[in-house]
Amino acid sequence: MQITPLATDADSARPAAAFGACWSCRGPVAAAALFCATCKAIQPPQPLDHFARLGLAPGFDIQVPVLDQLYFGFQRQLHPDRFANAAPRARQISQSQAVAFNDAYETLKSPLARATYLLALRGLPIDGEGSHTIRDMELLDDQLERREKLHEAPDAAAVEKLAVAARSDAAACLGEISAAFAAGNLAAARLATLRLKYLDKFADEARNRRALLALKSEPA
Amino acid sequence: MLLQIYEPGQTPLPHENEQGLAVGIDLGTTNTVVALARDQKAEIVRDARGSGLVPSVVAYIDGADPLVGEMARRQLLDRPEIVVSSIKRLMGRGAADLARLGGQLPYELGAAAEGGMARLKIGARLLTPVEISADILRAVKERAELALGRNVDRAVVTVPAYFDDAARTATRDAARLAGLEVLRLVAEPTAAALAYGLDSKSEGVFAIYDLGGGTFDFSLLRLEKGVFQVLATGGDAALGGDDFDHAVAAKFLAERGGEFSRDEVKQALATARLAKECVSSQDPWEGELMLDAGDSSHSLTRAELEKLIEPLVARTLKIAAGVLEDAGVKPEAIDGTVLVGGSTRVPLVRAKVEEFFGKKPLADINPDEVVAVGAALQAEALTAGSDTLLLDVLPLSLGLETMGGIVEKIVERNTPIPVARGQDFTTYQDGQTAMSFHVVQGEREMADQTRSLARFELDGIPPMVAGAARIRVRFAVDADGLLSVSAEESTTGRQARVEVKPSYGLTEDEMADMLRASIDNAEADMERRLLTEARVEARRAINALEAALAVDADLLSEAERATIAAAQETLERAMSKSDRASIQGAAEALEQGTKFFAERRMDRGIRKALAGRNVAEIGG
Repeated sequence: MQITPLATDADSARPAAAFGACWSCRGPVAAAALFCATCKAIQPPQPLDHFARLGLAPGFDIQVPVLDQLYFGFQRQLHPDRFANAAPRARQISQSQAVAFNDAYETLKSPLARATYLLALRGLPIDGEGSHTIRDMELLDDQLERREKLHEAPDAAAVEKLAVAARSDAAACLGEISAAFAAGNLAAARLATLRLKYLDKFADEARNRRALLALKSEPA
Repeated sequence: MLLQIYEPGQTPLPHENEQGLAVGIDLGTTNTVVALARDQKAEIVRDARGSGLVPSVVAYIDGADPLVGEMARRQLLDRPEIVVSSIKRLMGRGAADLARLGGQLPYELGAAAEGGMARLKIGARLLTPVEISADILRAVKERAELALGRNVDRAVVTVPAYFDDAARTATRDAARLAGLEVLRLVAEPTAAALAYGLDSKSEGVFAIYDLGGGTFDFSLLRLEKGVFQVLATGGDAALGGDDFDHAVAAKFLAERGGEFSRDEVKQALATARLAKECVSSQDPWEGELMLDAGDSSHSLTRAELEKLIEPLVARTLKIAAGVLEDAGVKPEAIDGTVLVGGSTRVPLVRAKVEEFFGKKPLADINPDEVVAVGAALQAEALTAGSDTLLLDVLPLSLGLETMGGIVEKIVERNTPIPVARGQDFTTYQDGQTAMSFHVVQGEREMADQTRSLARFELDGIPPMVAGAARIRVRFAVDADGLLSVSAEESTTGRQARVEVKPSYGLTEDEMADMLRASIDNAEADMERRLLTEARVEARRAINALEAALAVDADLLSEAERATIAAAQETLERAMSKSDRASIQGAAEALEQGTKFFAERRMDRGIRKALAGRNVAEIGG
């Protein structure tokens, strides 16, 4: 393991001008271009939001197969495996590009991460300061109650029952989030996203709990 | 087709400037396999008897070169004290880890290396697992060179998907010591999927069950139009056929009774292995355990073997179930299961895997060779280009130890690589000027239950009140799955640099010393690499210039064009020779001598933009 300078951070700090100079042929290149039109050199990632990077309209409802195809298409061109024989700077840029596209893909693929990101993008982050309301407290109570039941669950089957209930509530949340974003009701979207976050976390806890109970029930 | 084997001494000498071949190497716990791909067809390098497996066994005879492979294995029963096998299980393990395993290890430990890496005492030698693995890699490199009649200098080397950062780094270092440039470290199950996917053109979700000599991996991949996307992976870096051998050896030794020396345990393991392999076709196996203290007779039935290994197989399926849950995939949604690794020949393993997935697993490619085939295909893809794409993930979460020994995860497992993540930390005391970090890998919540990768300190933080400093720690994992960490204080914009002392490995100095000692012409080797790099960079500069001239040559006068052409020709001439300094000098001169041209091109771009032309036409 080694310590290296913050290469990609410097890259992303480039001004968002309409065009800049290509690092390789030093001629003009459009800011959004992945490759220089003149010399074909790979260009560093621009400071774009995740939707814009993948060429999607910002919004909660996205088609995952479309997201996959877009992501694969970009990685086919930009992944470091395509630059194994290239000049050192091109290899380094390809890594920054692959990192940027992986980050965008990971965020948009998961409904919870996507909703969280979209709320931050629209200026209503779920963990923002002073954003906790009474309704959040109701959520916390609900979460506490579920947890209590989880710890009282005597066996793996009882835990699974609670997990199934949480999963079905989570599915309902997705519908609420989608409708709220579609209606432009950010406060409602935020509340439903928080609920989804708690339910996801609960599902994780249920999984750990089940593993623990299974371990205990095994003959020593 | 059998690859031609040249007699030693008759090998055609590789041309000095000729680019060497890039091979795929499966560096296994039990066997190492090397393959070469041409036109998407991989071929295993075989010996005269047609065997592609080189036992990962090294014998160190005093005053002689190390013996690797079958020759070394033959020494195992007579001179166990000079023979090392299953060294892969120790890759990336710190001296402290091994001391803990001490009693169970059939080796004597020597003083650790400066960087903390464990060293084994073998005869008169003191060797790290990296050096021993390098001896194996060097042997298969030479074997491939003999068979192919060409210099082999680059390789895709496979590692268990579940290998942590320390073990991956150790593997890369071993290849470097053996004189191989590592094009990419590829996860073994991913390599196997590549071999299958390209072969059968299949699409869908595939489960790769890889049970080798010392490691178990389970990966879930999606195959779609040449893309191999790893959805989730899991495993156990210390679970494999070796454990089957240990269980059988323990039975034999218990039957004999008494205390056994380290060397006797090694001999018992060799006999156990033979019994395990024979019992699939010859039930029961009957034979002698020959130890220095005398012989004893033992038998093993298939039913006995299955009873011994059943708990180990159950462990693998539990891991598989966890990976499916991580990916949110049900067993019945899997389009195919692929068996990889020699230990999947054990009938019980096949039966249990089939029962778990409810369908017959694929094993049409030899499970001992499929990983090397995939590695060779990837080596060709990286050097000659390809339409296929491997998208792999981080197998184990990476994090930092925080207050109370709790781990703060920075990058979660199953995140696609390459990846970079940052996290801000702050000071907790007024005027605090230093902060120490402990980088760990693993899923457990407490740092002492995870793998310690590095400890480092950031100092030179400007004194501020507690909580005012913003220290940004950035984790970057490259496409090989290797981590680098940086930290800086960001409120003042002042970069406080950090130093890392890997707690598991080799220091840079130790590595440099080993390189000098192990490669006959390490300096020449290094120079050759730098020369190649300088040529690649010069070629890039010329291509960029030619592309610019093709569109904007009218910005130059006749005389200017002639000057630039002369500078380009000087560079081309330098490139055809082998003087790195003159290539770099000529490239720098060309860069400087075309600066005004670049400026004129930018001016033209700005003028066009101001004239309201569509910017897309410029950059397009």
